[in-house]
Amino acid sequence: MSDLDDLYQEVILDHNKSPRNFRLMADANRKAEGYNPLCGDHVTVFLHLKDGIIQDISFQGSGCAISKASASMMTGELKGKTEAAAYAMFDNVHKMLTGEANGDDVSRRMGKLAILSGVCKFPARVKCASLAWHTVHAALKGETRPTTTE
Amino acid sequence: MKAAPHLAELRPPARRFDVARIRDDFPILKQKVHGKPLVYFDNGATSQKPQSVIDALNHYYNAENSNIHRGVHYLSERATAAYEEARSKIRGFINAGSNQEVIFVRGTTEAINLVAQSYGRSFLKAGDEIIISAMEHHSNIVPWQMLCEQVGAKLRVSPINHDGEIVMDEYRRLLSEKTKFVSVTHVSNALGTILPAKEIVALAHERGIPVLLDGAQAVPHFRVDVQDLGCDFYAFSGHKMFGPTGVGVLYGRGELLEKMPPYQGGGDMISLVTFEKTHYNVLPYKFEAGTPHISGGIGLGAAIDYLQALDWQGLAAHEHALLSHATESLLSIHGLKIIGTAKEKAGVLSFVFDHVHAHDIGTILDQDGVAVRSGHHCAMPVMQRFGVPATTRASFAFYNTTEEIDVLVKAIHRALKVFD
Repeated sequence: MSDLDDLYQEVILDHNKSPRNFRLMADANRKAEGYNPLCGDHVTVFLHLKDGIIQDISFQGSGCAISKASASMMTGELKGKTEAAAYAMFDNVHKMLTGEANGDDVSRRMGKLAILSGVCKFPARVKCASLAWHTVHAALKGETRPTTTE
Repeated sequence: MKAAPHLAELRPPARRFDVARIRDDFPILKQKVHGKPLVYFDNGATSQKPQSVIDALNHYYNAENSNIHRGVHYLSERATAAYEEARSKIRGFINAGSNQEVIFVRGTTEAINLVAQSYGRSFLKAGDEIIISAMEHHSNIVPWQMLCEQVGAKLRVSPINHDGEIVMDEYRRLLSEKTKFVSVTHVSNALGTILPAKEIVALAHERGIPVLLDGAQAVPHFRVDVQDLGCDFYAFSGHKMFGPTGVGVLYGRGELLEKMPPYQGGGDMISLVTFEKTHYNVLPYKFEAGTPHISGGIGLGAAIDYLQALDWQGLAAHEHALLSHATESLLSIHGLKIIGTAKEKAGVLSFVFDHVHAHDIGTILDQDGVAVRSGHHCAMPVMQRFGVPATTRASFAFYNTTEEIDVLVKAIHRALKVFD
């Protein structure tokens, strides 16, 4: 498989075409905006947190296939998780995208998200994939200033 | 394309424009990227350098390196002479009235900041207005916003139509007794539009308003004559016109530069320093504090030598053919929309698809060796105006070929297949 096929796998293209949990959340009690100032991508992540658990999560925004697919998969992964588990996942995703994690680690810990590991071969695109994660991190922390990938 | 005749008349080209020969002058163009021949279409971001510019930089560090305007020794005199000779070349290139009106800066951005801070802070006050256009690069927006915050002036934005052309009636309406400065681009970096700069300047001058033109995207494509344009300031970068990065030029009319205070303080910009008072140096040195980018200035001089020897009529015809071929070829691609369809355009093509983001296009084109820019091109308000988050931009230089445009078109088709 070429690097390019690795990047644009079927699953990613599918999430890009039909993103999951792509909606406004009226009763969100946490919300954060993220921008990638280099390319103009922006995303808003909505959370409904109760008793330390992510009861519901959704997102809106515009961006490339990688950022949209990453956000879509993130919502699937984090729904029902505890805050602590979400923070841990953030760290793992970060390591995977920057190529710090080794292959075995990625497939063991990342589950479905491992499909995004091809991004690390495209350094210019790492920020696309990490934007939604930085944004959910900010939402969990209750930050009100827009997050950027810089 | 517009050509000021003065320089072409002065120096007849040695030979007819021949793109194959031209390409031989640019060593970087021979390389392969991901196993494919490099197709470099990111000239709006920075241009490639001919061997003669690279050699000039090498020669400076090999044989002339020394600080300028200081030493009495041999090397310092040689370096000073080379640097000042580059200033003369620039003066000739843009037809400035004198060398004193040619100020070396780091680039277009610094040139605009210099004018905003030195002229703006001295002569603008609360309630005054500054006019820019709706297609400015951030470097011709933010320095004015900073000035507005400092002095209480107001930024007014002259609108553009759906083709990306400035609406002259609206511009005329914006000019008033409150207007104290106009700063617009000569060629839009995101859309390629060539603005009617001479008319913009003339209308402002009817009211005695000074005008700065951002020429970063103009000087690589056609002849610029600052006296013919009549502008008060003209800013451009070396690296977009086949010279080194880190060096650029602010042209200013001497009369205005004389009235302006220094932008930065330090060495070289003084004539006498005591702890009680400092006397500033004469033009242009008043605005050149500290050791400058000496090799860069000399390299820029070499780039101008290179450009001066080209057949500019042939070059303009070649660039025009490139743009026509590219426009026609891209429009044949289903779903592709060109952003920026002005009648007068330089070699810039920005385009979008409804269902494929510019970044994904950029990554896939790169795999085919094609270098384009994807994003907002440091012109976020332009993107907002056209309701797109980002575009893919192919920007041409005279060393590009129609065959390379065919490679681009093929690569776009490949990208679209991924998202079918």
